[in-house]
Amino acid sequence: MTGFLGVLKRELRLALAGGGEIMTLVLFFIIVGAIVPFAVGPDQVLLARIAPGIIWIAAFLAMLLGLDRLFRPDRDDGTLALYRLADMPLAGVVAAKVIAHWLTAALPLILASPFLAMILAMDGPAFLRTLISLLVGTPALAAFGALGAAITVAVRRGGLLAPILIAPLCVPVLIFGVGAISTLGGPGQATSAMLLLAALSLMAVALSPFAAALAIDWTEE
Amino acid sequence: MSTDDIPKMSWWNRLAHPGQFMSWTRPLIWPLAAITAVLMGLGLWFAFFNSPADYQMGDTVRIMYVHVPTAWLSQFVYAAMAVSALGTLVWRHPLADVSMKAAAPLGAAFTAMALFTGSMWGRPTWGTFWEWDGRMTSTLILLFIYLGIIALWRAFDDQLRAARVVAVFTLVGAVNVPIIKFSVDWWSTLHQPASVFRADGPTMPASLLTPLFIMFFAFTLLFATLQLVAMHTEIRRRRLVTLERRAARGETA
Repeated sequence: MTGFLGVLKRELRLALAGGGEIMTLVLFFIIVGAIVPFAVGPDQVLLARIAPGIIWIAAFLAMLLGLDRLFRPDRDDGTLALYRLADMPLAGVVAAKVIAHWLTAALPLILASPFLAMILAMDGPAFLRTLISLLVGTPALAAFGALGAAITVAVRRGGLLAPILIAPLCVPVLIFGVGAISTLGGPGQATSAMLLLAALSLMAVALSPFAAALAIDWTEE
Repeated sequence: MSTDDIPKMSWWNRLAHPGQFMSWTRPLIWPLAAITAVLMGLGLWFAFFNSPADYQMGDTVRIMYVHVPTAWLSQFVYAAMAVSALGTLVWRHPLADVSMKAAAPLGAAFTAMALFTGSMWGRPTWGTFWEWDGRMTSTLILLFIYLGIIALWRAFDDQLRAARVVAVFTLVGAVNVPIIKFSVDWWSTLHQPASVFRADGPTMPASLLTPLFIMFFAFTLLFATLQLVAMHTEIRRRRLVTLERRAARGETA
């Protein structure tokens, strides 16, 4: 447990000291969201209707952007090799990294989402549902992202490969995430979409550290 | 220990040894190819000349004889790949990763064919090339997963190392494909439900089912033939790489 907390603390300290990387991600998230009205036109009704999707896509892209710093710096400076030799199982290290990744790459986006909701003309209740669905769904994105980063850590061009591998796996998260916001199918459907999203998140967070640890262990062998 | 005491190779070991596998399966390729060609010819003859046109869809129903077998194979090949991935991860079976690598482009090709024939069929009957409906969308995502796996194979220089990583991803995908399928089925569906394998029997007349089944077996055997040939090619390619490396080091054979 001390090892787990130690890894978590180290990751957080690195992210906070790392020269405004979090700021860059938040800025990317807001700019992606803000650029859509220029492409589809400033029609308030249309924007309010597609706003949940825009926010989800912006969060998804911003989280993909942060993947490359998950394992690659550790591999380059040899920390990853030490993690493999440590008493603590590698899956535990990966789990700590998933949590740290969520705290540094997903939570800031969620905190910044009110601004996007305002400029995309969302109403209050819809915004609240977006906030909850982001809170429930982004852990799954972080878990899948860690898996993609682990699989491509040994590849030189891995930075571009991980999003390609991960995007198809994240489709259910996006579908249920947006489904939990939209009220078109009635309140019952939104609730069940939210529950499925939660199930997906819990499963992904619980299982992906093991798969990611396996991938890291075998590429380094 | 006399030579009699050495245990004979079991079929499992014979399958695991690349050289043994080559000599063991080489005689299979031509017969398989011949049966595939005969079945394909027979099926096409049935499909074009000896089956009725549908009363609603007319002659376009004949697209089904290519569409349904390729769509079935798009999923079957992924299952074959997942089983091979298990073989790589659990038993470190030397031929499982060869089989996994050989299957990926075949699966991608069958999936692309299923999508292409589907959209060719959709245009005259539904009036659209593409619809964001559950089955089509999940097949499209399956194609993306296949292409991602191929890209992952190509990104590694060391194919033995690549095999284990690809195996992990293939198995994660195998868990995820049903979830993706289930999730995209949430959208209202235009594609017809299953009409061949049903508890109350097929809903199609025998005149349409005969060519469908023949084509079904023809395409499955086509996959088996191509898979064997691709595995042989891959084994030879790996041998070549090893020989080149030895030559570069200045070793003699």
